Amino acid sequence: MKSESTVVKEKQKIKCIVWDLDNTVWDGVLLEDSNVTLRHGVVDIIKTLDERGILQSVASKNEHHAALEKLEEFGLKEYFIYPQINWNAKSSSMLAIAEAINIGKDTLAFVDDQPFEREEVQFALPEVLCIDANDLSQLLDMPQLHPTFITDDSKNRRKMYMYDIERKNVEENFVGTQEEFLASLNMKFTISKVGEGDLQRAEELTQRTHQLNTTGYTYDYDEIDALRKSDSHLLLISDLEDKYGTYGKIGLAIVEKGQAVWTIKLLLMSCRVMSRGVGTVMMNHIMHLAKEANVKLRAEFVVTDKNRMMYVTYKFAGFKEVQEDNDTVLFENDLSVMQPLPDYLTLTVKP
Amino acid sequence: METTNVKVKQFLSKFFRKHELQDDEDIFSLGFVNSLFAMQLVMFLEKEFGIKVDNKDLDMSNFKSINAICELVDRKAS
Repeated sequence: MKSESTVVKEKQKIKCIVWDLDNTVWDGVLLEDSNVTLRHGVVDIIKTLDERGILQSVASKNEHHAALEKLEEFGLKEYFIYPQINWNAKSSSMLAIAEAINIGKDTLAFVDDQPFEREEVQFALPEVLCIDANDLSQLLDMPQLHPTFITDDSKNRRKMYMYDIERKNVEENFVGTQEEFLASLNMKFTISKVGEGDLQRAEELTQRTHQLNTTGYTYDYDEIDALRKSDSHLLLISDLEDKYGTYGKIGLAIVEKGQAVWTIKLLLMSCRVMSRGVGTVMMNHIMHLAKEANVKLRAEFVVTDKNRMMYVTYKFAGFKEVQEDNDTVLFENDLSVMQPLPDYLTLTVKP
Repeated sequence: METTNVKVKQFLSKFFRKHELQDDEDIFSLGFVNSLFAMQLVMFLEKEFGIKVDNKDLDMSNFKSINAICELVDRKAS
């Protein structure tokens, strides 16, 4: 079991692959020849990686507009987020990409034909996986570029990041209060019971989410499947959509239903929705259900250095500590105060 | 105490703009206290007044009004 999960982790390692352009994506050097041609097979590789849910970007020393125009001409521009086309060291471009996407440097891969560039990146950022562009034909077979499973959310990952870029631009230039900005997004939050088609995504969420996660308990596909069929559990998944597009399935709750007490074992939200003020919506829904069922509502919590926001969320929703043991806390809510649904979103609960 | 009050009021006005908050008015009864607001409020207090809000201070009664927040800040700062 243990070795298996290590393998899975290794296989899921690369979240973003960063491409050089000259003599890597296309044959030739753009500044010397404006009629460069694509390298054999490169389009298939880029599209396949995209379908696997691996993000892609560019680190190229080139003339910014000319290179982007060429990518557009080849129909490839939309596949790359936060492209870095400038004359800086490629290691600094790699860093800029990691920061913009908000992922760890150890989840980046870098493809370049020049040993100098690969060595420069490797020296500055030893955790990056560097790939020789001459090995392009074997690239798709590398285990690090093979996610164990591909969910609808992974297939749409690039688009969801694209929507995020658009939202960020609008948010930065928005004049008004935060609530007004949120209201302008027309957010639709949906809560449904975890179905069979949600199992892989649910497993992925328990493994990928750290900041907005109350306990960090991980569950695999079979465990979640068993729990969702059990009468003594309630498993909810939520998705969010706004006027720019979908955020995908972004929240998960696992509730143990006892006769007199319900216990929230896990409540998590993807960090992509952190600034959307939706963290309390799922919790409020569970509070209402518990009140209807006339049971006590408790919640387990495991304190980490990353999940303080969830602690604050519980406390501000009226949960009180009833038991504490080092980093483990048990909360209880007497359900006397219920917050109304915020005006800036609409909630749909699917039966 | 007075400057604390002004700073807190200024911060809260970003969220409750359509409403002139009174010093002893219950924030929670006004609705829409979301997780984002809660965290931003805690971060604001820690940064602005150089205090550390512990988990045990995260009680609703410490944040329910401008007066309550100012008392918490004074207590933590001393």
